[in-house]
Amino acid sequence: MSEKLLSIDDLHVSFSTRRGMVEAVRGVTLAVEAGEMLGLVGESGSGKSVTGFATTRLLDSAGRVTAGKILFRGQDVTKLRGDDLRQLQGAAMSMIFQNPRAALNPIRAIGLQIADAILTHKRISKDAARAEALELLHAVQIRDPGTRMNAYPHELSGGMCQRVMIAIAISCNPALLIADEPTTGLDVTTQKVVMDLLADIAAARGMATILITHDLGLAARYCRRIAVMERGRIVEEASPKALFGAPQHAYTRRLVAASPTAVSRIEDLVTEEEREGYAAIVSKPRQELAAGTPPLLEVRKLAKRFDQGAAAVADFSMTMAGGESVGLVGESGSGKSTTSRMICRLIDPSEGDIVFDGQSIGHVAARDFHRSRLRKDIQMVFQDPNESLNPRFTAFDCIAHPLLRLDGLRAGNELRQRVNECAERVGLPLDLLPRFPHQLSGGQKARVGIARAIACRPRLLVLDEPTAALDVSVQAVVLQLLDRLRRENDIALLFVSHDLNVVRMLCDRTIVLRNGGIVEQGESRALFDNPKTDYTRKLVEAIPHFEAGPALAAAL
Amino acid sequence: MLSYILRRIVSTLPVMAIVALFVFSLLYIAPGDPAVVIAGDQASPEDVERIRQSLGLDRPFLIQFGSWVWRILHGDLGTSIFTNLPVSTMIGQRLGPTLSLMMVTLLLTIVIAVPLGVVAAWKAGSLIDRVIMGFAVFGFSLPVFVVGYMLAYIFALELEWLPVQGYTPLAQGFWPWLENLILPAIALGCVYIALIARITRATMLEVLQQDYIRTARAKGLGQGGILFIHALKNAAVPIVTVIGIGIALLIGGAVVTESVFAIPGLGRLTIDAILRRDYPVIQGIVLLFSFVYVLVNLMIDVIYTLVDPRIRY
Repeated sequence: MSEKLLSIDDLHVSFSTRRGMVEAVRGVTLAVEAGEMLGLVGESGSGKSVTGFATTRLLDSAGRVTAGKILFRGQDVTKLRGDDLRQLQGAAMSMIFQNPRAALNPIRAIGLQIADAILTHKRISKDAARAEALELLHAVQIRDPGTRMNAYPHELSGGMCQRVMIAIAISCNPALLIADEPTTGLDVTTQKVVMDLLADIAAARGMATILITHDLGLAARYCRRIAVMERGRIVEEASPKALFGAPQHAYTRRLVAASPTAVSRIEDLVTEEEREGYAAIVSKPRQELAAGTPPLLEVRKLAKRFDQGAAAVADFSMTMAGGESVGLVGESGSGKSTTSRMICRLIDPSEGDIVFDGQSIGHVAARDFHRSRLRKDIQMVFQDPNESLNPRFTAFDCIAHPLLRLDGLRAGNELRQRVNECAERVGLPLDLLPRFPHQLSGGQKARVGIARAIACRPRLLVLDEPTAALDVSVQAVVLQLLDRLRRENDIALLFVSHDLNVVRMLCDRTIVLRNGGIVEQGESRALFDNPKTDYTRKLVEAIPHFEAGPALAAAL
Repeated sequence: MLSYILRRIVSTLPVMAIVALFVFSLLYIAPGDPAVVIAGDQASPEDVERIRQSLGLDRPFLIQFGSWVWRILHGDLGTSIFTNLPVSTMIGQRLGPTLSLMMVTLLLTIVIAVPLGVVAAWKAGSLIDRVIMGFAVFGFSLPVFVVGYMLAYIFALELEWLPVQGYTPLAQGFWPWLENLILPAIALGCVYIALIARITRATMLEVLQQDYIRTARAKGLGQGGILFIHALKNAAVPIVTVIGIGIALLIGGAVVTESVFAIPGLGRLTIDAILRRDYPVIQGIVLLFSFVYVLVNLMIDVIYTLVDPRIRY
């Protein structure tokens, strides 16, 4: 297989923006052989998706290939027009996208959406296209495909939607499939199922695949060759083994360090040069709590039922000591977010009680809890820093707001001082405070979110997937920040996440939830190293990370 | 589905009841003694007393309201004070022209505005887009009577292509009927075309940004398939909403348009009734228009569920 299916040569892509042309891809050279799976890894803004979109000719109207060639089977894709282009799109080359639910037309039955793709490229009858669509649903292992043909995207889970997308993408037997973050936002277990399926289909059909992802571990698990992109350029291209074993480029080294693995500790997440200051903090011993200290938080037989009967959470009990960190893990739908919101007193439990610092707060209506003096003590950091900040509030307003509302501060010097303190605490440069969210990067927004949460000096911080939307290098910094807050300010952390590697690093104890009930709990490392239930084992095994195991080593 | 429609009809009942109460109170909201108001300036005290008794105005308000509603439910909208004809007969005579005008306007609007909006969104930022949006601003700013007289002058008086004014019932042939309605429909529809073209463009622009449009492109679908199969149907809910709201605009506009083009419709009847202070007729017309409006809203809700499977009923 020496013949190149796709070769990208010195590709440059620019976007016209209000502030002039911005170059997103600056000279990418890349080759893909027939049937191989190539990983294209980088953080947001690295230009990896833009490279993918340029190849499939799906760039936004603002984007333009300014230089370079994309040769697909010897034909320059960038010069195709009209019908020639349409014969390529969806037929010889196809693409699947990051957010599968949004990528499907919400008001068209999925069977029709698959048939659309077939009918565009093949001259067959509608019935024949339907029959093919049904076969494809079989191929992507959707249960009960006959009924699902008439289902709409909102009736399917995220994983199922991605399978439908795969069915659409492979419907005309393309020679190349570009998968742009195909499993971001899916559960680890779903991610594994979808990726395994994709890899099987690609292998069975001899289809070449470019896997675009920010997750180095994922790329390492499925690809034999990985290209790492940074700021529009490919900085390193190597086998996973070489990449993890001996990364050459400084950026790759940092990326490898920041990617959590099954054994990494929180202090490992930066390169060695950056590690010094942190070691001192970690090495400081925790002061032991005096025996008989009452727990900070005690949750008793908590349950939540939404309108339609079935319990989202049932019989959930836990305790937390001050300064302790507890992880709450499970797949989506396991009730972990519902539980965290009840504890945070944002929604009302149907049954059970929550005792915080000896005071029962489970029966205070969530609507009225903002008047409780304990509101200050329990704060929350939300999942998406982009969505959870008011776009009309500056970073300063956002951090100042809880101080005004809950600490009774008035606008003035004292307020300014407190906000500055918070910003410094989370490592947010003070000159960023007058900025609005859209003027901040993802990591900076995450810091604003945390600064807001710690502004009133809470004793319990509930974090709902606080790093899920962040790049690994930013995640590393945020995790260290949280760990430092816990160690230095004695803030207890309830950390809700589906990322087990992160939970293992950050949390003393972990509670595994499934279908609203506790499956297993215990000391984090012990729990993950030696899971007692199949469910936990499945979760742990699904985490993609690089293993230089014999199977892969033999393949290299 | 049927039970959904039934439930929706039941839920419109309170709305209709409130409308009825409001319409009935019209007489009392107007300043002065209703009987004096009805009797007019030159009536003697005996006349006023006679009117008061014949209308039952001497009885308590709620009893009057109850018997009024009771009569309406039996199809009796009362009798015109001016012509002494039953209000329902008067409205019946005038319904045809107004319904014709509104239907033709609505059809014309949708046929013109939606494609214009789609094209403007597809070619956003281009010359075509700017021309269409320029027209929309123009159409928006011109009052119905100005457009009406302009059209009548150009196409009827100067070019003599179409009749100046008047109305011919559909029973006398399709073209004579339509011929008389084209100019009024354009005059009345102008604002409406502008509004719907703008909304269509805005909604389409938003929909065209969505991921599933990119998916459609990735599948290799042509521009037509993308615009009409995937985009327009997704944009339909807001567009249909505005079309529905626009029907209220049409009702108001019809009153003016009918005056300009001398169409003997409900609009003219309304103006006449107001000038003559013919309260039973005013009440009948307002009630009818409200009923139509509630019905239109009901239809829109049903259309929502047909267009968007995510809306549950």
